[in-house]
Amino acid sequence: MTPTTTATFDESALVEKARAGDAQAFTELVNHYERKIYRLAKHITQNDEDAEDVLQEAFLKAYEHLDGFKGDSKFYTWIVRIAVNEALMKLRKRKGDRTVSLDEPVETGEETVQREIAVWEDNPEQRYSREEMQGILDEAVQTLKPDFRTVFMLRDIEELSTEETADTLGISIPAVKSRLLRARLALREKLTRQFRRKGEDVFAHL
Amino acid sequence: MLTCKQFLQELNDYLDPSTDPATKCHLEKHVSECPNCFVLVDTTKKTLQVYKGLEPQTIPESVKARLWKALEKKMAARKAQA
Repeated sequence: MTPTTTATFDESALVEKARAGDAQAFTELVNHYERKIYRLAKHITQNDEDAEDVLQEAFLKAYEHLDGFKGDSKFYTWIVRIAVNEALMKLRKRKGDRTVSLDEPVETGEETVQREIAVWEDNPEQRYSREEMQGILDEAVQTLKPDFRTVFMLRDIEELSTEETADTLGISIPAVKSRLLRARLALREKLTRQFRRKGEDVFAHL
Repeated sequence: MLTCKQFLQELNDYLDPSTDPATKCHLEKHVSECPNCFVLVDTTKKTLQVYKGLEPQTIPESVKARLWKALEKKMAARKAQA
């Protein structure tokens, strides 16, 4: 939780201990990852109650199935996969299967929207408070379709590889790539509207 | 010479550090000659930076409390089994 514990955090040693039955080691793993898992769950489900359920289910399942964790991926990647599956189930349940089929083909070609091409003001991170920044970024992610925001979260926030993301979501590698591109461009577009350097807008007075 | 549209399709490869140097070089040429794509690349990089730079927020206390209650129950059950 605190930066000091992060510095000494040794995932594989803790997983090893937890697998041998050390509850304290598992507690440390939960402490270390709970905020990230909660954020992921919240972004995918976009619902506080569902996110809480996902958080619980993910760690309870991980604890239960620790013996099944082979160690051929990182523990974190493994728990992310469990959480994503739980979150997608929630999403499907809430919205009905048809609206959130993650293996439906999505358009990748034509971009008809006029792109916002403008340089950003310097260091927007410093101009906004942490809460404001959080609000702006969350709001932008929330406007993405579930297909896109899930891929964006896994690839760019949780830093899973393209292959791991494809595997987790049960979609093809080209689908991951095209959705990531669309998600990144859409977010860039939204943030540019927010962070564009105001002085350069010569038509602002019109 | 790549068009902007073609470049856009390759944007992720351009941003990916593991892309091979030849492809990168080919894409770089377009960026160095096209001011719009230069800005597009720059602002996409910044978009990723701001997202990656933001640490996840603390979980609400009540949510955390319920998580731990559930976990402790599970852990106690396992201990009892052993």
